Amino acid sequence: MSTASAAAITPQSFKSGVKPVWCPGCGDYSVLSSITKALAALGLAPENAAIVSGIGCSSRIPAYTSCYGFHGVHGRALPAATGLKIARPDLTVIVAGGDGDGYSIGGNHFLHACRRNVDLTYVVMDNHVYGMTKGQPSPTTEPDWDSKLAPGGTGLREFHPLVIALASGANFIARAFSGDPNGTADLIAQAVRHPGFSFIEVLSPCVTYRPEQRGWKDAVRPASVAVTDDPARAARRLMTDDGFNLGVLYAGRRAPYRAAPQHEPQSPASLELDFAL
Amino acid sequence: MTAPRKRRQASKPAAAALAEFMRRAYAMELEAAERYADFAAQMEMHNNREVAELFRSLAQIEHRHATSIRKQMGWKSAPQVLTAVRWLGREGPESGAPGELHYLMQPYHALEIALANEQRAARFFAAFARRSGPAAIRAAAAAMAREERAHARLVRQWLARVPRPDPGWDRDPDPPNYNGE
Repeated sequence: MSTASAAAITPQSFKSGVKPVWCPGCGDYSVLSSITKALAALGLAPENAAIVSGIGCSSRIPAYTSCYGFHGVHGRALPAATGLKIARPDLTVIVAGGDGDGYSIGGNHFLHACRRNVDLTYVVMDNHVYGMTKGQPSPTTEPDWDSKLAPGGTGLREFHPLVIALASGANFIARAFSGDPNGTADLIAQAVRHPGFSFIEVLSPCVTYRPEQRGWKDAVRPASVAVTDDPARAARRLMTDDGFNLGVLYAGRRAPYRAAPQHEPQSPASLELDFAL
Repeated sequence: MTAPRKRRQASKPAAAALAEFMRRAYAMELEAAERYADFAAQMEMHNNREVAELFRSLAQIEHRHATSIRKQMGWKSAPQVLTAVRWLGREGPESGAPGELHYLMQPYHALEIALANEQRAARFFAAFARRSGPAAIRAAAAAMAREERAHARLVRQWLARVPRPDPGWDRDPDPPNYNGE
């Protein structure tokens, strides 16, 4: 990880000057602030970090930062980020998105990114709704959330991303709350430092379609248990978790995936040979 | 000879503790200024110019407070490594909660946020002044508490000059929320 002079780098160094267009009060503003604070705390220079996203409100984040960025295809942020990290292991790669992008459209990629354990940090801003497309239920929406688009609720059990991440092999699992920007920044910095695939679910209220989520500030609490590196113990905790425990819930010791070293750089002509008939 | 040396030894940690206290107070003011600036940007984006301007003014005021701490301490440049202050919650006492905004909010609402912040900051410093510890820190905390109370009075006067929002101020004839009424 390349670092810059701590005196020269501040959170402001990571802001692009493009003003976010999220709704006032949206939790994603705080997550953006937390990401810039974390990158500054890590002493990184903007050119040593990349933020890759999919589609959705939260996926707009790369445009608001001065790092390298890729605002990609819906649900496909993780494969793009995996390719980037394998090609440029010197870069700190943060993947950002929402619950619909990450758990529904990109659900399959989520499983396999956890399994591959490439050294990425995945920040999911979870608001239990598709905000950009006007409030449809997402995989993490409660089964009884009543709306005009899903009268009476979907009746479907919600997806439990932290349990799935653990079962699929993620090496660092944490939950944060956007109403605690400094705490979220600390967790993001820890996640970046931890080798392998790090997953942070950030509870980030959607004040427009889920105004009742403003109440999350009274529901969240620091997890009352110490961090564990034992997946079995973490599984028991996560299976009984009510979704409001904050902090690092699992920090494993699995070695991250690294691409086999290539001794000879391949020329475009040599790559074409593989496709020759 | 012994006594003055002892006094010097005792005053050095006290001076360091006071400097650390002031660095945290500076961090608190700066965080409050940045938060108001963020709020102003959110309101500008949604064309709520009156409230944006008000938040921008509040950001400038908090920035001036941070600068006055810097001058008072004789710091030639702004401290770079700052520890965030948390008090009775997750953030510094003077920072507005990020989720409190509404795109149709009015100046009265913005000033209510500012008043709550100033009052919380005054309580924070007053609590600090009551703590045991170096007298210099308690004196500085008491002075800050007085300042914050004065700011709260100013915000109250400002509030008195601003119209109170009518009921239904947040009703939008063309709401973004398809799930609404």
